[in-house]
Amino acid sequence: MSAPTINPSPRDAQAPGTRGGPGAQGKERRRSSINIPLTALVAVLSLTILVPLYFTVVTALKSPDQLGGTGFELPTSIHLENFAKAWELTNFPHALLISGIVTVGAVVLTLVTNSLVAYAIARNMHRPFFKALYYFFIAALFVPFPIIMLPVTKEMAVLGLDNPVGLFLLYTVYGLSFNVFVYTAFIKSIPPELEEAAIMDGASVWTTFRKVIFPILTPMNATVGILTCMWAWNDFLLPLVILSDPNTRTLPLVQYVFQGQFNTDYTTAFASYLMALAPLLLVYLFAQRWVISGVMRGSIK
Amino acid sequence: MTMATNILKRNRTRPGLNAGAKKKYSVSRTSRTFYWMVVPALILFLILHTLPTLTGMFFSLTNYAGYGEWDFVGLKNYANLFKDDRILSSYGFTFLFAVTTTIVVNVGALFIAILLNAKIKYQTAFRGIFFIPNILSVLIVGYVFNYLLSNNLPLVGQWLGIDWLSTSILANPDLAWLGIVGVTAWQSIAFSVIIYLAGLQTVPGELYEAASLDGASSWKQFWSITFPLIAGFFTINMVLALKGLLQAFDQIVALTNGGPGTSTESVAMVIYRGGFQGGEYGYQMANSVVYLVVIVVLSLLQMRVLQRKEVDI
Repeated sequence: MSAPTINPSPRDAQAPGTRGGPGAQGKERRRSSINIPLTALVAVLSLTILVPLYFTVVTALKSPDQLGGTGFELPTSIHLENFAKAWELTNFPHALLISGIVTVGAVVLTLVTNSLVAYAIARNMHRPFFKALYYFFIAALFVPFPIIMLPVTKEMAVLGLDNPVGLFLLYTVYGLSFNVFVYTAFIKSIPPELEEAAIMDGASVWTTFRKVIFPILTPMNATVGILTCMWAWNDFLLPLVILSDPNTRTLPLVQYVFQGQFNTDYTTAFASYLMALAPLLLVYLFAQRWVISGVMRGSIK
Repeated sequence: MTMATNILKRNRTRPGLNAGAKKKYSVSRTSRTFYWMVVPALILFLILHTLPTLTGMFFSLTNYAGYGEWDFVGLKNYANLFKDDRILSSYGFTFLFAVTTTIVVNVGALFIAILLNAKIKYQTAFRGIFFIPNILSVLIVGYVFNYLLSNNLPLVGQWLGIDWLSTSILANPDLAWLGIVGVTAWQSIAFSVIIYLAGLQTVPGELYEAASLDGASSWKQFWSITFPLIAGFFTINMVLALKGLLQAFDQIVALTNGGPGTSTESVAMVIYRGGFQGGEYGYQMANSVVYLVVIVVLSLLQMRVLQRKEVDI
């Protein structure tokens, strides 16, 4: 994975201007006074992240008899057949497809519905019903999943929703609590005059939402989309209890199920782990800056 | 939120139509649309979230095994919980783990965030690196570290001649929890760092300038300027971390699977195992209700205590 080899130079130059943290004093002085010892310290600390990743990659490339030693040596010969073996054994393309369906389904449905609900709530906070609804969703944030786990598993089976569709529906519904919270805070900062103008022009509330509000929500949509994507892609407990058909296993679930079959075949196991981690890592590699600013935006609300 | 009344005013000035009728029509139609926007979501939420919660609470009063017949047993499940060693030890482990990890994560994340916010080279790249753990599956990270802690860490221990580190700490009932704390912290710090970075960027730089002129040390600047101003972010991080960590499941499955013995079984794990595999549906629902109360009370307490320390600019 050779660590995000993000070309830091052009971005770095922008960072002080756009971010301006503490010490945004004297912009001239700033560039010249880069703290070298601190940079070195951060570099050393970042090894705590990079070394385990490096270890995962080299282990996946070795043959079992190369596993001795400290484990951190470079492979003497590259064994790509680990990936082929893991691909076959876990039926990787299928699990990838399921994880993809669940994640895309969850993200799309969440963006469309949660923003709509938040909009209606944010613009009607003076009405007791909407206000109560807002606090009802927030209160649900405190309900730990294990209390819902057993009953909802039965319920989903009865409803015939113990499949990927049911799964992304659950992510959408369970995400409401947090997302409504984040969206309403943002929507309240949008001046209502914009919608009034649209409504004056004869647009319905729906059209106003679609054409005026939703586009303004883009930064928040990014935040919510990123968080939902990471949640749905990596989640383990919900797929574990909800998905009943072995043919509909998501990537993390497949790693769990095949743990017994990997047994001591660590090189195949690591190849499999790496393949399961790779898609999101690749996306992150390219959208890294966007992801981080998206998450930050969510936390300021 | 005076949109409805504004629309009213506008409609009234519209020529050509029966102003009175139009106003009523428009207002009621607008507000009805808003109801349509939330009602389907509310119904789904009630069915998929509220109903299971209430069903769970209801069955906590029964001896339901998850299948077959059941009877009301009153509060017997609750009484038994407090006499059940496995349950008590799972709470003990969960608290120990969650509190320790929350502290480690927040101290570590605040430290890293301050470093990342300083004038360092390759700032953006380093931020990108420190966030990586957050995008990885908790379960898979657990499997990778399971291997590292079982095979590689003992080598380090032997090399250093430290006895307790020379064998896998995950196989040691007294130390396995520390392994779980370490791996969880490795992963959770990533998210907290980002929240702290967001917080640090709200602190105006002029304050430091003034403090520097007054000759305040960096340490003093941190405690008298930075920390009070980002205390809100500290609260969010502490509450989110503790609440999330009290529900730990994935990493424990991957690292120890609750072992050795049941020494690292978390509450979520006991509920899962007892409820799905042990025929203890009703009993584990009582456990879940207690767990819910514990989480709510702890979160509220935390917010009360921490919010007192917050300051606004």
